[in-house]
Amino acid sequence: MSKTIEEINQKIKKGEAVIFTAEEIIGVVKEKGLQRAAEEVDVVTTGTFGPMCSSGAYFNIGHSKPRIKLGGGRSYLNDVPAYTGLAAVDLFLGATAMPEDDPRNKVHPGEFNYGGGHVIEELVAGKDIRLEATAYGTDCYPRKKLETWINIKDLNEAVLFNVRNAYQNYNVAANLSNKTIYTYMGMLKPNLGNITYCSAGQLSPLLNDPYYKTIGIGTKIFLGGGVGYVAWQGTQFNPTTARSENGVPKGGAGTLAVIGDLKQMSPRWLVGTSMLGYGPTLTVGIGVPIPILSEEILQYTTVTDDQIIGTIVDYSDAYPNRRNESVGEVTYAQLKSGKVTVQGKKVPTASLSSYPRAVEIANTLKDWIKTGKFELTQPVASLPGVESGVTFKPLNERPIAP
Amino acid sequence: MVDKKIVLRFPKRLVDRPIVSHLIKDHDLEFTILKASVTQDEEGLMVLELKGKQEEYDKGIAYLKEAGVILESLSQDVTRNEERCTHCGACITVCPVGAFELDMVTRQTSFHDKKCIGCGICIKTCPPRAMELHF
Repeated sequence: MSKTIEEINQKIKKGEAVIFTAEEIIGVVKEKGLQRAAEEVDVVTTGTFGPMCSSGAYFNIGHSKPRIKLGGGRSYLNDVPAYTGLAAVDLFLGATAMPEDDPRNKVHPGEFNYGGGHVIEELVAGKDIRLEATAYGTDCYPRKKLETWINIKDLNEAVLFNVRNAYQNYNVAANLSNKTIYTYMGMLKPNLGNITYCSAGQLSPLLNDPYYKTIGIGTKIFLGGGVGYVAWQGTQFNPTTARSENGVPKGGAGTLAVIGDLKQMSPRWLVGTSMLGYGPTLTVGIGVPIPILSEEILQYTTVTDDQIIGTIVDYSDAYPNRRNESVGEVTYAQLKSGKVTVQGKKVPTASLSSYPRAVEIANTLKDWIKTGKFELTQPVASLPGVESGVTFKPLNERPIAP
Repeated sequence: MVDKKIVLRFPKRLVDRPIVSHLIKDHDLEFTILKASVTQDEEGLMVLELKGKQEEYDKGIAYLKEAGVILESLSQDVTRNEERCTHCGACITVCPVGAFELDMVTRQTSFHDKKCIGCGICIKTCPPRAMELHF
């Protein structure tokens, strides 16, 4: 069988589309068989909610009187530095930026209580944000100082633009040293004291479309509580990561760069986050609809946690020293059971990605489609496939001679 | 029998008095010191777990209050802000006494404040900062 996105959208408009979440579809296909289910099911919705550091937003704040040129000067939003190397009143704020006087890891582990991600959450929540800027002044933009409250309602543009989100699988983290370490994968206790993982597993967008057959540039998605789009491949996109027989990568592979209007998003789905000893960041909610265009595509969405493998990496030594060593492989079903056996030891596990919130996203997206509020888009270009030549290269360090 | 965790604040003038020693001796209470420190302002802070007969426990508490020690019940001190908690599950392996539990079906986390010993590790390791410490 084969369907087109256009046909599916016609059914959505009539309120006749059959939609399941990536969790529900497992049982549906088991019951009806792949062939019948592929004919009946139109869309499978996926979801994920986890810390995604390569996130940020850009704004146009509107011109002051007299005018000011922020570029080349310094701007701060609630003391968090924003990037001003753009046009006069365009600013970019990154999720991991932090106030200049944040002590960082001076007293280790630093708390990183406030950063760009927290500013974004507050902005989306409708709070007033302090903008303090200094500029060098030009004839056409003479003003040298600006201190004003800004609010998302008054901005010309407030656009969430995340250059790397929705990782297709990721490392599973452990600590083989004899001291506690603090990482972006959380606090890791010594001697395999605990293991952490960060993926929505069987609900995760790219794990349900492992070869990027439906998700592409221009795919319309749930982003931060509102509507967004896939803008590009995310940074570090790597289609060549080792995969299981079912095509699912065993470690971090594809990623998405996503974009959307911040003004229609919600603080429930963009949460300022602090990783002890590591830094501030933003937790982002994303949901991607998968159009069931063929049996093959449906088959991929039936992936279960016990069919997704995670590779355990030692974050005390191997990871910081960029050594490709594996401490072992486990399935996400094993990780979710609360304990895994590694090197003969029973190790407790914890997630950093909220599965209940991922379920809520997949259900919300399902609801939007069911009520005709959300139609699917045809991607305008594909993400790089396995044969594309795109891979994830390390830095070729070439020291600058004195 | 009661088994309660209490937070004792000793004002400056009481820091070097054998108050806890009298508490234990005179009221036949079993005790575990969970935390003890003298703060920068030279005030004493102690977190005790006390077990014993209700009657003796009540008399002990009365003695502490009369001596001028400020008492708080520990279970009120570490709280979870339900609005901020995203049920990510990061707390599960961070807590040394297993005060967080993961529901295997809903995958939501619950905080059992009765198990909490007030160590404070979850406060800083909770990514959305949903855990709050009130001292």
